[in-house]
Amino acid sequence: MKNKKLMIALGGLIIGILSGVLVKYGNPGNMGVCIACFLRDISGSFGLHSASKLAYVRPEIIGIVFGAFGAAYITKEFNVKGGSAPFIRFLLGMTVMIGALAFLGCPLRMILRLAGGDLNGILGILGFATGIIIGVFFLNKGFSLRRNYNQAKAGGLMLPVIMVALLAMVMIQPVFMIWGADGNLPAHAPIFLSLGVGVVAGVIAQRTRLCMVGGIRDIALFRDYYLIIGFIGIFLGALVSNLVFGNFHMGFEGQPAAHSVWYVNFFGMLVAGWGSVLLGGCPLRQLILSSEGNVDSSVTIMGLMMGAGLAHNLGLVGASERVVPALCVLAIFLLFVSIINRD
Amino acid sequence: MRIDTSGLSCPEPVLKTKKALKDKPAYIEVIVDNTAALQNVSRFLKSQKYEITTEDFLIKGSK
Repeated sequence: MKNKKLMIALGGLIIGILSGVLVKYGNPGNMGVCIACFLRDISGSFGLHSASKLAYVRPEIIGIVFGAFGAAYITKEFNVKGGSAPFIRFLLGMTVMIGALAFLGCPLRMILRLAGGDLNGILGILGFATGIIIGVFFLNKGFSLRRNYNQAKAGGLMLPVIMVALLAMVMIQPVFMIWGADGNLPAHAPIFLSLGVGVVAGVIAQRTRLCMVGGIRDIALFRDYYLIIGFIGIFLGALVSNLVFGNFHMGFEGQPAAHSVWYVNFFGMLVAGWGSVLLGGCPLRQLILSSEGNVDSSVTIMGLMMGAGLAHNLGLVGASERVVPALCVLAIFLLFVSIINRD
Repeated sequence: MRIDTSGLSCPEPVLKTKKALKDKPAYIEVIVDNTAALQNVSRFLKSQKYEITTEDFLIKGSK
C-alpha cells in the first residue's frame, strides 16, 4: 500500500513538472495539460464551434490515449465494456464541459492554475468540492447509472484508432479541418514534446487511477486519502516547475486564460464537480477509462466535445453574462439526473 | 455474505461494500470486474480491519 501511495505521489509530481515544461515550450499559461481545453480545441478543429483561434488537434490528448491504451493492453486491463446509461453520460459530459469552460479549465487545470499562483483557482476548488459533496449526498442516497456489460472488442479499439488518424491529421493539417485563425495555430508546444508528455501522463494516470474528482470524493465517502495524494503531487510538481521557469505569478487579476468573477468560477466548478461525481470520474479519468475500453466513457468524451461546441457557440465561456442562467439550468438538470437514477 | 459489484462505476463497488458492512459481518465476499475496483475495495476492507485474500476478481474479507 505504501508503494502505491508513493507511486501516485511520484506520478502526480511528474505530471505536474511536465505540465510546467509544456508551458515553458509554448503551451498557454497554466495549460500544460487541460483535458477540457484540449478537447475543446479538437472540437474547434472539426468546426464544432466558431472560435477558430481555438482550433487545434492537441497531441497531448492523442498521447494520453496511446499511453493509457498501451499500459492497459500490456497489463491485460483492456476490457471493452459499455451500456451503463450512455445517453445520460453524453449529457453529463456536455454539462461538465460547460461548467469547466465557465471556470476556464477542467479539474486538472484548476490545480495547474493554483500552482501558477492564479488565486481564482481557490474559488474553483471551493465550488468543485461543493459540487462533489452534493454528488456524494446522492451517491449515499443510492444514485447509480447501473451496470455496464461486455461489448464487441471493436468498439473499444475505435478511440485508439481515431487517435492514430488524428496524429496523421495534426502532422498533415489537411485543409478540410480548421487550424487556428489567419494561419496562426493557438499557442502550443512542439508536436512531439506534447505527444510524449501525453504518453507519459497516460501511462501514469492509467496505472495509478489518478482522478481529480476521486480525491475529494473518496475522502468524503470513505476517509480514503489515496487519490488526493496524486492531486497534491500534481500541484507540487507544477509549482516547482513554474517557479523554476519563472511562470509563477500570484494574484487574482491578469492570469493567463482566466477571469476573476468569483461566482462564475465557483458555480462553474460546482457544476463540473457534481457532474463528474455522477459520471464516476473527472474528464481525465473519462479519457483513461475510454482508452481501457469503456465505451460509455468514450460517449462521455463525445459529450464533452459537444458541450465545448455549445459553450463557445452560445457564448457561455468564461465570465459572460449568459453563463449564470445557463449554469442554473445545468444545476437543475444535474438535480433531475441525481434524483431519477436510483439503484 | 456475497455482493456482486461487477459493471458498476467508481465509487459504487466500494459504496456497496460499505453498505454491506453495516451489519458488521464476520465474513464477506465481493465480486469485482476490474483491477481499479479490486484495489479500491481491498483497500477499504483493510481500512475496516478485515483480513483479505483475493482470487482473480473475488475478494474475501474476514475478521
